[in-house]
Amino acid sequence: MNTPTLLSEVLTVLIAEDSAADRMLLSSIVRRQGHQVLTAANGAEAVAVFRQQAPHLVLMDAMMPVMDGFEAARQIKALAGETLVPIIFLTSLTESEGLARCLDAGGDDFLAKPYNPVILAAKIKAMDRLRRLQATVLEQRDLIARHHDYLLNEQRVAKAVFDKVAHSGCLSAPNIRYLQSPYALFNGDLLLAAFTPAGDMHVLLGDFTGHGLPAAVGAMPLAEVFYGMTAKGYGLSETLREMNAKLKRILPVDMFCCATLISLSFQRRSVEVWNGGMPDGYLHDIATGERKPLTARHLPLGVLSPQAFDDRTEVFPMALGDRVFLLSDGVIDTSDANEQLFGVERLQQVFAANQDPQHLFEDIEQALRDFRGEARDDVSMVEISLLEARQLTPPALVYSDSGQSCPLDWSASFEYRAATLKRSNPLPYLLQLLLEVHGLRAQSGALYSVLAELYSNALEHGVLGLDSSLKRDALGFARYYQQRNERLEQLQDGYVRVQLQVTPLGQGGRLVIQVEDSGAGFDVQRVMARPIDEGRLSGRGVGLVRQLSRSAQWSDDGRSARVEFSWEALA
Amino acid sequence: MSVVTEVSADGHKLTISIKGRFDFAKHQEFRESYELLDKKPHSIVVDLKDSNYLDSSALGMLLLLRDHAGGDDSDVRLINSSSDVRKILAISNFDKLFDIA
Repeated sequence: MNTPTLLSEVLTVLIAEDSAADRMLLSSIVRRQGHQVLTAANGAEAVAVFRQQAPHLVLMDAMMPVMDGFEAARQIKALAGETLVPIIFLTSLTESEGLARCLDAGGDDFLAKPYNPVILAAKIKAMDRLRRLQATVLEQRDLIARHHDYLLNEQRVAKAVFDKVAHSGCLSAPNIRYLQSPYALFNGDLLLAAFTPAGDMHVLLGDFTGHGLPAAVGAMPLAEVFYGMTAKGYGLSETLREMNAKLKRILPVDMFCCATLISLSFQRRSVEVWNGGMPDGYLHDIATGERKPLTARHLPLGVLSPQAFDDRTEVFPMALGDRVFLLSDGVIDTSDANEQLFGVERLQQVFAANQDPQHLFEDIEQALRDFRGEARDDVSMVEISLLEARQLTPPALVYSDSGQSCPLDWSASFEYRAATLKRSNPLPYLLQLLLEVHGLRAQSGALYSVLAELYSNALEHGVLGLDSSLKRDALGFARYYQQRNERLEQLQDGYVRVQLQVTPLGQGGRLVIQVEDSGAGFDVQRVMARPIDEGRLSGRGVGLVRQLSRSAQWSDDGRSARVEFSWEALA
Repeated sequence: MSVVTEVSADGHKLTISIKGRFDFAKHQEFRESYELLDKKPHSIVVDLKDSNYLDSSALGMLLLLRDHAGGDDSDVRLINSSSDVRKILAISNFDKLFDIA
């Protein structure tokens, strides 16, 4: 950057003039003004001197032998490139055509003979100002270009990281379809999907405030919590609490993440939903064609303190083929030329007009294009269908230990009392403990499902005394989960006991799980008499347990469940 | 001026009026509207009468304002919100943090 002190800087001035007398006269005027002087007697010499000594400014006679001033000016300008080397033509030409030729050749000004020292000094000064201005502009342009390159490179790296983090997991599962506009990849929209150990599917569609780097910064811890906790078998509530706490801790006050998190259970045929700040999602009942809105009931993640955070979810029943549709605000906030928003009503018109569910995304995109004239760059949509559990293959878990030190003969028992039952989910811990036993790893999905069923039966029907027949229809289903939340909130006493017993058996081994609760029990005979899979909403848990474990028995009027798993020698 | 500030005579009440789109472009002005005051007001009113759109960065700015005004102990009201603005505030559940009228 130039400073005022440099304004009196000594310039090197090249004087190209074929008349020796004029050259001497000019040289002495310019020297007296404090500048250094170089001289040339014709255009060719002027170009040669310029090449060697790069003067700041040139006084150029128009008419010279060998090479005239016009040609020399052109060559000097070409050599100078982007740097401004002012050329002042010295001329006795007076007709406007001649003067114009000077400027055409690249001259910046002209000075008429005979020379007036005052005018010459003023012109040199003025040209020097221009020269400096140009230098400053170039310098700043280069600086901006460097910063820009730097920024682009940072963004490229951040985008690569963001893409890896933000669009990963089991998004390629056959029951997931998703669409993100090609330019949306770095707009802060986040789509994560993963299987739980029980084979349920967790999906998160999130939208960070802000684009680019800030979004990438927030996406990483969020994705880490999502994948880590889902893989360990934590439920939505625990995962949400952790994600919120983490984002609250690391993000600045004005940044947050709107998100919908769902857990789709293929075995229970239900979906659990938490929506904080995202537009309504929809649960599409294929049989009736009805679309139930999944409305935001919460503030976005990262706004509330862990104490104030609300992790309450809603649970809805689903039938095979039903779909959950989630979308980002890019869809409904798309505005037309008059700043009218596309809005929910227009989206619902697209739903109504949609013929083939497979083309829903395309229909919505088309409607957005028709509305706006062009597609917005931050549209994300995802649709998850409920398939038969066996149509999906959760990836096998990867273990890093060799199995040489695996424990084979032990038992442990746990008693979870009211305060614990209210807030925490012991299943991930129990599962982790059991998966230390190598022989059980191949059955980890079944093991987790059975544990989860036994635990939730003990908690919901036992401790909380909820009536599973409530879940017979969709309305009762919702009421059931509402009651579950209310009773859990008010729970004062009661317990669930879990006893695990691992014993060696030949080359393999056996696990016995016993789960007891403090509830009133149930009529074991009657429940066991039911056929195993009736495709009903209620009572699915007991059937599932009987299907998945080697043997399952209930005693103490249904207050105690006993389940066995066994395994053969490991290959 | 697209962000107009008015302080009551006793200095207790600050009214911030937003004109036009409430988005990131107003960031600087909006922050200055409450950060440059000599005296911290007891209550703050954000008047959205002349604003028909707000985006997520505006929501972030409102959170900053709330934080500045004392977080959970703050008294920040959003008034004269249009139906579109109210929809956006409702989706975000900001009525749980702000008094919205």
